[in-house]
Amino acid sequence: MRIAGTDPFPFKKMRKILFFLTFALMVLATWMTLFYAPTEVVMGHVQRIFYFHMGTVWAATVAFTVVFVASIYYLRKETAKWDTLAYCSAEIGMLLLTLTIITGSIWAKPVWGTWWTWDPQLTTTFILWVLYAVYLILRSGAGGRGKKARYSAIFAIIAYVDLPVVYVSARIKRGISPVVFGPGGGGIDPAMMHTLLVTLLGFTLLFVLLLGERMRIMNMENTLYARSGRGG
Amino acid sequence: MRKILLIFRKDFLVEWRSKQIFPTMFVFSLLLLLVFNVAFEFRSDINFRTVSAVVWITFIFSGLLALGRSFSLEKENNAFAFLLLTPVSRSYIYLGKLLSNVVMVLLSELFILPLFLLFFLFDAKGISLSLTGAVLPFLGVVVLGTIGFVSLGTFFSSMALNTKLRDMMLPLLVFPLIIPVVITSVGICSSILEGKPLDYYSFSLQVLVSFDIIFVLLCSLLFEYLIEDSGD
Repeated sequence: MRIAGTDPFPFKKMRKILFFLTFALMVLATWMTLFYAPTEVVMGHVQRIFYFHMGTVWAATVAFTVVFVASIYYLRKETAKWDTLAYCSAEIGMLLLTLTIITGSIWAKPVWGTWWTWDPQLTTTFILWVLYAVYLILRSGAGGRGKKARYSAIFAIIAYVDLPVVYVSARIKRGISPVVFGPGGGGIDPAMMHTLLVTLLGFTLLFVLLLGERMRIMNMENTLYARSGRGG
Repeated sequence: MRKILLIFRKDFLVEWRSKQIFPTMFVFSLLLLLVFNVAFEFRSDINFRTVSAVVWITFIFSGLLALGRSFSLEKENNAFAFLLLTPVSRSYIYLGKLLSNVVMVLLSELFILPLFLLFFLFDAKGISLSLTGAVLPFLGVVVLGTIGFVSLGTFFSSMALNTKLRDMMLPLLVFPLIIPVVITSVGICSSILEGKPLDYYSFSLQVLVSFDIIFVLLCSLLFEYLIEDSGD
C-alpha cells in the first residue's frame, strides 16, 4: 500500500538509485576485503574482518551523531520529523554497534586470546551500547508522544556529551586496542587503505538507505495511527 | 544567587521537617554495608581498592534511592506546578534543588563514613589517617563525586517520575552516564588511602572536576526543556 507524503527522500528515483549504489558498493567492499586486500603478516586472514568492523563502527558513530543533532533540532523546533529522524537513527545505530561488538570479539579471540577485555575503547563501546539501549527503553515507557520525544532528545544530548568523558576516564587505565592512525600508529598498506575507504563509504550509504526506509515505515505507522484515530 | 538560595532553603526545610532523604539513605547504606561485609569477609585481607569501590557503590545506590523520593514529594499536592509559577528562571530552580540535594546527600554520607572506618579500615595495616594527608583530601573527593552523581540524579529524577517505569527508570538513566564519576572517585579514594602523592591522581581529579562543571551546566540549561509543560 502506498501512503502519500511518507517518503523522506525528496525524489522518487533517489531511493532506487541509492539502493543499487549501496548494493554495488557492498559487493565491491566484500570482494576487496576477501581478495584485493593483502593478508596481514602477523594476524593472518582474521585481520580481514577488521574492514567490516571499522565500517560498522564508523556508521554507528555517524548514526549517533545524527541522533545528537536531530535531538538538538527537536528541542528547538518541536517538529515531529526531527524526533522520527533521531529515533530511527538510534535504532540503526544500535544494530550497527552490536555488529561492531560481535566482529570485534571474533577478531579479538585469536589476536588477543580473549573474547572481551576492559580496555578503554571496549569499555566506551560497551557504555555507548548501554546508553542507547536505555534511550530505546525510555522511549517505550515515556507515555505521550510529545513527552516521549522531548525526554529522549534530552537524554540523547546528555549521553552524547558524556561519551568523550567516559573515554577519557576509561583511559586512566592503559588500553590495548590498536591505534592505526595518529601518533604511535603503525601506518597502512595502500591496498588496505583502498579497501578500508570503500568499506567505510559502503557502510555510510547502507546507513543512509536503512535510515530512509525506517523513516518511511515510521511515517506510515504514524499516518495510519492518525487515520484510525488512536494517536501514535 | 539569592533565588537559588531561597529554593535551597525551601527544599532543605521541607527535608528537615519531613525527613525523607536522610533516614532512607542512612538505613539503606547500613544494609549495603552489611551485605558487602558478609559477601566479602573483609576481615582477613583488606584491599584499599575494594574498600573505595564499596564506599562509592554504597553512596551512589543509596543516594539515587533517596533522590528518587525527593522529587515525588513535589508531585504531591501539585507543589511543583506552583514552584514553576514563581518568576524565577528554570535553571535557578534546578540549581537550588541541586544544592539542597547535594547538601542532604553529603550530610548522610558524613554519618556513614565513620561506620566504614569502623567496619572496614579499623584494623587495616599501614594506613595513616592524618588530617591533612588523608582525611581532608578524601572528604574533598567525596564532595566532588557527590556533586557529579547528584547533578544527573536530580535532573533525571524528575524525568523518571513521569515515565511508566517510574523508580526503575532513574538508575537506568543515571548509572551509565556517571561511569566517569565511579572510575575517577574510586581511583582517587584508593590512591589516597594508599598514601600516594597528589601527582599520582591529579589527572583523575581533573576529569572529575570537568565532569562536575560540564554536567551541572548542561543540566541547568536543559532543565527548561525537561519541565516545559507539566500537563502532558
